[in-house]
Amino acid sequence: MNREEILSKLHDIYVEVLELDELTLTEATTASDIDEWDSLSHIELIDAIEREFGVKFKSKEVMDWNNVGDIITSIAQKK
Amino acid sequence: MNLTFSDLKKWARKSFDDAPCTRVALLGDSATQFLATGIKGCAASRGIAMELFEADYNQVERQLLDPSSELYQFAPQYVVIFQSTHKFAERHALLAPEQRATLADERLDFLASVCQSQQLAAAKIIYFNYPEDEDTVYGSYQNKVSSSLIFQLRYLNYKLMTLSQQYPNLFICDLASLQARVGRDFAYTPNVYVSSDMLLSLKFVPLVAARVVDIIGATLGRFKKCVILDLDNTLWGGVIGDDGIEGIQLGHGMGIGKAFSEFQMWIKKLRQRGIIVCVSSKNDEATAREPFVSHPDMILRLDDIAVFQANWETKVDNIRTIQQILNIGFDSMVFIDDNPFERHIVKEHIPEITVPDLPEDPADYLEYLYTLNLFETASDSSADKDRTRQYQIEAQRVTFKKTFANEDDFLQSLQMVSRVEGFTPFNTPRVSQLSQRSNQFNLRTVRYTESDITSLATDPDVIDLSFTLVDKFGDNGLIAVVVMRPLDTDTLFVDTWLMSCRVLKRGMERFTLNVMVDVARGKGYKRIVGEYIPTAKNKMVCDHYSSLGFKAIEGCDSKQYELDIQHYQPLKNFITRQ
Repeated sequence: MNREEILSKLHDIYVEVLELDELTLTEATTASDIDEWDSLSHIELIDAIEREFGVKFKSKEVMDWNNVGDIITSIAQKK
Repeated sequence: MNLTFSDLKKWARKSFDDAPCTRVALLGDSATQFLATGIKGCAASRGIAMELFEADYNQVERQLLDPSSELYQFAPQYVVIFQSTHKFAERHALLAPEQRATLADERLDFLASVCQSQQLAAAKIIYFNYPEDEDTVYGSYQNKVSSSLIFQLRYLNYKLMTLSQQYPNLFICDLASLQARVGRDFAYTPNVYVSSDMLLSLKFVPLVAARVVDIIGATLGRFKKCVILDLDNTLWGGVIGDDGIEGIQLGHGMGIGKAFSEFQMWIKKLRQRGIIVCVSSKNDEATAREPFVSHPDMILRLDDIAVFQANWETKVDNIRTIQQILNIGFDSMVFIDDNPFERHIVKEHIPEITVPDLPEDPADYLEYLYTLNLFETASDSSADKDRTRQYQIEAQRVTFKKTFANEDDFLQSLQMVSRVEGFTPFNTPRVSQLSQRSNQFNLRTVRYTESDITSLATDPDVIDLSFTLVDKFGDNGLIAVVVMRPLDTDTLFVDTWLMSCRVLKRGMERFTLNVMVDVARGKGYKRIVGEYIPTAKNKMVCDHYSSLGFKAIEGCDSKQYELDIQHYQPLKNFITRQ
């Protein structure tokens, strides 16, 4: 799976978990770009991403992410 | 039935407009935001409007010990306290080794003081017990060491049970049992805990929330009273009509009979704790009853079954018949049937009833039913042993009634006899109990304590009447009460008229009025005035007085009716006065 495919799946997960009508998600998107992406929904996102991709993130990874690109990198490394 | 966290999140936003809210406070020693959403959402999904106060992070002691805290300002009806095994273990680790042996006692003393708090006197406290967690510092030798973590946890869980027996306002939410079933890896996500201090995994939150709301619901009077069972392939393996009594699978000998025996043992325990057990089966009645009488491996016997419906009518009709006999809400019934088709039809026609989607393999029946926690209760009614017998008698009456073409013939054949007397020291407890409990057939819903009843009995102006009813099937005991007071020299006012719903549609109210008129005439009164005060539950009697020949009094603020007793003709009924 390439980065673009991962991004597209992430887009769907974000829409679903954050209950958004529309969303522009790029590798550069950060939590401050999306109102609904707060510390609580972040946990729901991790849970949904782990389930969707069948991966398990390390605590440190989760805390070190700065943007969507970092999440994609974490997933790509495990795939 | 199984809602995910994301479902609960949506439910939690549901607005109930002006419906009365249940006020719940949640205190925890870890981050509880998801649990709060889960509890609120789960309550909403069951139609309970909830206002939830979530204390700030780790404020259990501060909120409870400070008399002016936000908790007390919120004035909760329920205080949910989640002190976790995790934080308990942390405190255990930080204590000096010699102090560890009293850690559980310290917790228990704190909780006991909360239970005694005057400020929480009207509230119910829901306290999570502690899932077991071993730190393997001693290995299994920990069982010999009273200061070990596992020793303290197990002792704490045991003492929590005894504490809850001591304090009626304390309810233990059995997180330990719940986690034992799903497993620790399901319940806890280490990376989420480390990054957010949340101890319950997202998939565990809905299960925990459900158990909390089960308790709240039970204390609000929402609980199951009755289980209705199918027979073939539900209570035994095979089809009794085809396989015969030697061919059905039950007990340790035959095929998978063990699974069915264990299922029956569970039902038996429910029956013994006060759940009404009924049968609805498509079978010839005699064939269906036979195993209950003569199969050596049956755990359930006919004595255990309150209403036995085996015939070729639809299950929906049979369940409706059972409901009429028991006179309880469909929402307090559970229907257990292995056949998805029958379950579907029942759900379709009676949406209020709970219908578990039983797994295909009988070996999984119990495992699945355990997960549903269908029979949460807020009291132990196992003392109420007569109940099954009472309903068995009522079922006989209903079956008997079907053999009559008209109502009058049926009523006549019941050979009903009523004893009428004033309030006496012997009947005072029952009269008072009826006045406290009757909601449906109760014209003014005035509640009387035993001492009120005693003073009514000694007041020479008051006419006090009690009625019993016996018929060919059994004794219903004292089932109706009337209190009348003079308004003026000619007029009596019906202060109280109530009746147990056990004896509806027997002509008892007509008999009662005849007696009332007799007594009133004997004392020289000329008219009787009755009043209907509507409540949420007594709509059944809104036309009571007019149907008995009373005339509505015009221009009156409340619904009052009068009856001229000088020209009264006794109403027809089939009850003999003893």
